Amino acid sequence: MTSASSNRGAISIRNVTKIYDPEGVNVMAVDDCSLEIGAGEVCMIVGPSGCGKTTLLNAIAGFHSITEGEIYLDGEMLCGPDRPLANQGADRMVVFQHGALFPWKTLAENVAYGPIVQGAMSKAEAIDKAGTMLSEAGIGDMAKKYPGEVSSGMARRAEIVRALINDPRVLLLDEPYRAMDALTKSIMHESLLEVYDRTKVTIFFITHDLEEAIFLGDRVVVMTTRPAKTKKIVDVDIPRPRDYTTLSSNRFRELVQEAKDAVHEEAVKAFEAGERELA
Amino acid sequence: MTQAAQDTIAPHKPGSSGVSNTPKKRSKILKALSSDTFWRGVVSLIGFVVFWEICSRMKQWTGVEVPWIGKVPPPTEVLEAWTEIFWLPGYWESWYLSTGRVFAGFIAAMLLGIPFGLCLAVNRYFHDIFFPPFEVLRPIPPLAWVPASIVFWPTTELSIAFVTFLGAFFTIVINVLGGAKSIDIRFLRAAQSMGASQWDLFRKIILPGTLPSIFTGAAVGMGITWEVVLAGEMISGGGQQGGGGLGFFIWSSYMGGTVAQVIVGMISIGIAGYLSSSLIRYLGSISMPWRRLF
Ligand SMILES: Nc1ncnc2c1ncn2[C@@H]1O[C@H](COP(=O)(O)OP(=O)(O)O)[C@@H](O)[C@H]1O
Ligand SMILES: [Mg+2]
Repeated sequence: MTSASSNRGAISIRNVTKIYDPEGVNVMAVDDCSLEIGAGEVCMIVGPSGCGKTTLLNAIAGFHSITEGEIYLDGEMLCGPDRPLANQGADRMVVFQHGALFPWKTLAENVAYGPIVQGAMSKAEAIDKAGTMLSEAGIGDMAKKYPGEVSSGMARRAEIVRALINDPRVLLLDEPYRAMDALTKSIMHESLLEVYDRTKVTIFFITHDLEEAIFLGDRVVVMTTRPAKTKKIVDVDIPRPRDYTTLSSNRFRELVQEAKDAVHEEAVKAFEAGERELA
Repeated sequence: MTQAAQDTIAPHKPGSSGVSNTPKKRSKILKALSSDTFWRGVVSLIGFVVFWEICSRMKQWTGVEVPWIGKVPPPTEVLEAWTEIFWLPGYWESWYLSTGRVFAGFIAAMLLGIPFGLCLAVNRYFHDIFFPPFEVLRPIPPLAWVPASIVFWPTTELSIAFVTFLGAFFTIVINVLGGAKSIDIRFLRAAQSMGASQWDLFRKIILPGTLPSIFTGAAVGMGITWEVVLAGEMISGGGQQGGGGLGFFIWSSYMGGTVAQVIVGMISIGIAGYLSSSLIRYLGSISMPWRRLF
């Protein structure tokens, strides 16, 4: 995980359409959506609730099939017409919306889980490595605690460590910091940026929070209301490394405003359509 | 950012706040002794016994019988009956027989019920084949099985054991099935993404994820086995094989002894039931250390 390789983890989403339950309720969640995400890019996805962001993430992760189109990872087809459901794999690690650390394992055991089930390390090695990585993330003291014993911010950090130990090409994050207060969030942001600067892993990050999107992202993709398409892509030309002083720069304010204008239009449409979020 | 700074800045989720920081290493007993809940419980129990004593003795003191409770011997008399019985081997044999039956039926129900419930949860074909007959048999109350089971099994002892087993089995299976089915899909997805095989999923995710439901099922199942064993003992009577036990103790006290003895029997069963469920709670807390925190 020390190799800052940004030559892998390119995602290509080509004309993807997803219809849930075509014979029944027939919900078109994603409509002919295309998006190229470069290797080592931090791509932020924003859009109104229920527009189809999670659906897209699930398709990349291999949790759901797609109805039409193709998704490639580094030139290899993950899913397409012949294989609508991508294989799940440790090259694409998901950090879930409400967190999914196993409550019955300590943080270190959670982190060690991947290498152990893959047979990549012995149990002792994996636990050892987990401890080291948790320390790097600043939560080494918590290694022996259960997820129920730590704050949500620490749990989320541990979950990112659990993903990183598998050396993924892509991190898929689904509103990981939702429902956190501003202070915790800003700590989470700094620690994620620190991870990114170290690993240069491709990040596909869904959020509602436009300031978060601009602060973290290389690009911010604004989705239309359901069915999701890309409406606008905001290029974030603020140099890295970024820190909290970035938040008060003029350029930051301008970009947030730009994204806000695009999202607002869609949010009004979604609201009027009475869109509900299934989370 | 330094570790120290993070520790002081990182806000905690409400409810879980301070779990990691506050020193709370005092023993559980000390904590219980200093809690209002504990003392209210003690006062309430003492109050109950005193109230019972007064009501039972009202007739003797004033000539006026308190309805209903007046017919029950006072706690002091029950205690006296108990101290007599306490030294009789027959009383302890009743304990031994009932406890043996309860645990035989209960353990058999766990051994068969847990795998059966897990199979129902994880295998669709297994579910399609075995769930319908299970659901038809489940609503039949255990005691309704008594006559049939006496016909099936050669000895009364075996028929009691069988009925006891059934009482716990259905409850355990339903709890295990429900627990395994309600495991959060995110856990399964996370594990699969990390490369877990089907066997890993079963052993490391589904099994620990179902443990809380297994213990809930066990607690309820334990209650049911006691009910069934006692009812079975009352029905089957003493004398020949399959007799005895606390159920029979109550019954024979009713037929030939005193009401005080009947109450001794009842309280004994209360204690036995309490000890059994404490045992299950204890086993639950050592096999689920992550649940001890709450
Ligand atoms: N399993 C499903 N079956 C039917 N409709 C679904 C299912 N999952 C999501 N949807 C619908 O698809 C749309 C997009 O959902 P989702 O991708 O979760 O949105 P969000 O952008 O908020 O993450 C929503 O309208 C939702 O109701
Ligand atoms: Mg979502």
